[in-house]
Amino acid sequence: MAKKTYRQAINEALRQEMERDHRVIIMGEDVAGGLGAPGEQDAWGGPLGVTKGLMPKFGRDRVLDTPITESAFIGAAAGAAATGLRPVAELMFVDFLGVCFDQIFNQAAKFKYMFGGKAVTPMVIRTMYGAGFRAASQHSQCLYPLFTHIPGLKVVLPSNAYEAKGLLAQSIRDDDPVIFFEHKAMYDETAEVPDDPYTIPFGEANVTREGDDVTIITMGRMVNFCNQVADKLAKEKIGCTVVDLRTTSPLDTETVLETASETGRVVVVDESHPRCNMAADISALICSEAFDDLKGPIKMVTAPHCPVPFSPALEDLYVPSPAKIEAAVRAVMGKG
Amino acid sequence: MASEIHSIVMPKWGLAMEEGIVTAWQIDAGATIAKGQEIADIETSKIANVFESPVSGKVRRLVAQPGETLPVGALLAVVADDAIGDADIDAYVAKFNEALKEMLAARASEKKPEPESVEIAGGRKIRYLKLGVGEGPPVVFIHGFGGDLNNWLFNQEALAETHTTYAIDLPGHGGSSKDVGAGGVGAMTSALVAWMTAMKIDSAHLVGHSMGGAVALLLASTQTAKVASATLICPAGLGPEISMEYINGFIEMSRGKKLEPILQMLVANPALVTRDMIEDVLKFKRIDGVDAALKKMRDTMFPGGEQAAILRDAFDNVKAPLQVIVGAQDRVLPAAHAKSLPGNVKVQVFDNAGHMPHMEAASDVNRLIAEIAR
Repeated sequence: MAKKTYRQAINEALRQEMERDHRVIIMGEDVAGGLGAPGEQDAWGGPLGVTKGLMPKFGRDRVLDTPITESAFIGAAAGAAATGLRPVAELMFVDFLGVCFDQIFNQAAKFKYMFGGKAVTPMVIRTMYGAGFRAASQHSQCLYPLFTHIPGLKVVLPSNAYEAKGLLAQSIRDDDPVIFFEHKAMYDETAEVPDDPYTIPFGEANVTREGDDVTIITMGRMVNFCNQVADKLAKEKIGCTVVDLRTTSPLDTETVLETASETGRVVVVDESHPRCNMAADISALICSEAFDDLKGPIKMVTAPHCPVPFSPALEDLYVPSPAKIEAAVRAVMGKG
Repeated sequence: MASEIHSIVMPKWGLAMEEGIVTAWQIDAGATIAKGQEIADIETSKIANVFESPVSGKVRRLVAQPGETLPVGALLAVVADDAIGDADIDAYVAKFNEALKEMLAARASEKKPEPESVEIAGGRKIRYLKLGVGEGPPVVFIHGFGGDLNNWLFNQEALAETHTTYAIDLPGHGGSSKDVGAGGVGAMTSALVAWMTAMKIDSAHLVGHSMGGAVALLLASTQTAKVASATLICPAGLGPEISMEYINGFIEMSRGKKLEPILQMLVANPALVTRDMIEDVLKFKRIDGVDAALKKMRDTMFPGGEQAAILRDAFDNVKAPLQVIVGAQDRVLPAAHAKSLPGNVKVQVFDNAGHMPHMEAASDVNRLIAEIAR
């Protein structure tokens, strides 16, 4: 099987879904690039080149460069989805959601409910998230908890290239609005990715490591950090189960509760701000449903409650690191 | 001969294996061992299995520490008789490890064999892995329901030392097209014939497992010139019973935890089923078209929960040498099906194996294949 980057895997899923279904279109800022300008067409393929090559293959009718007006093109995507297309809109940085949130949470997320189940909104919003890119406070946030809060949206966080391809194909085939979070620090990371199209179902968490001592529940880029910690601690005979949630909405509560109960010691790792985030949500779930199986308090490893710093030294301290995750695991083991 | 030093090295189980771990030694230093004796438990990221000694003699050193990850080809143990002094053994180990470094450096730049694909009549793609070059008809490995060419990781390389070998993915499986046609044993056999035609293979030594065993038997009885010998491992088609718990569980379970007990039905020792093996099956099942292909095959091959194609009469028409290998603890297809087969069919039963004797008793199965494919 060929090794492909996270970027290639996403590009391949888009290409294969566009080949499979002519209703799939792409829209966003510079998803092709070069529109109306002399010189190279398809000059950008998105800010980090993820959609490169799709416009020459499918044409400007299906790969639409939009003005820098998220409120307009996210709204247009919601309307296109409601009237028969399957748009994949690229919200360049999730930090820009502020200007198009009404189109997402008051429109796209509500159509199915408010039209008595008769409307479908098969729309995907691909968006970049995450710190570590020296991009400062307005281009580095992890805002997936905000979307997870809204009924009617599905929220997807692929943790590697294999997951990205299968989960994006599933997102495009899903009939509900899906927010697909790509971590900008992962685009060059590789994994073995089949050439054939495949899908990974929503709401089925992936247990990436199995151990008897501690359960680490996480998502997105943090899965890789947690796997590293689990592999390191395995050599010291500390066994960690690592749960990659894959989707925060729908949430695989069955796997969360089962794996939490199995070890009785839980660490939840979440790159977002600590208040009202996934770590708080999952910890609350475990405390309400599996409290009697816990051997001690749950530890949450998150970013601090402050904007992402521009200072490289501070940004490095801001992101949950393998060292912080390891310390939390040792703490719940009583060896901190 | 008496003064020879033999090395026992980390085996290579399948193309993907680059390193392994001796999880436990079953012998102590100083023990006298026989070739074929189980001497260690070895685990890779894909699989855990017992390791059988390739040599006989006195074990002078156990070099590999339990739990240590070592590259393929690394020294695990040294076998030599007492005529050789400890200093010579030490020198041998040091020299071996020097040579290993060079070998690993060379291996890093080597081109690894990769599966290839060929288009067969009707436009379908069939993936196969070719290993080894030998004279005479090649050995062709045919997997069972839900399997693929990687199922032969303990066998193909061993046979490739003396034969040209191919392991193929039948339609609906592995990297081949997911169109299974009518979905029965006949459709699979036609695809095998079309692949042999596309590959210009006139005649082959067939090694078929389970459904692949039925395919090999059907071909050996209907197109006798194409088959030089047939080894049927836990073949389907010998009786009506089949575990639908296995077949349906394989198709339906999408979570690793629920698929694990299903895959454990394949083997006598459940520890053989590793996380990566489960993950590989899940990844296969997620490919577009696989679910429909598996269901189509199930509905055609096992309507009403029983095997549709009973091929016991086919044995009478087989001209090539043929043998049947079964595991006494098979929970998918009853080993009893191999009893009282017509004619002089040679049947080998492995008491400690389940549905996968080619994995569970690999070296014995390899020897039987080599004998019939001579």
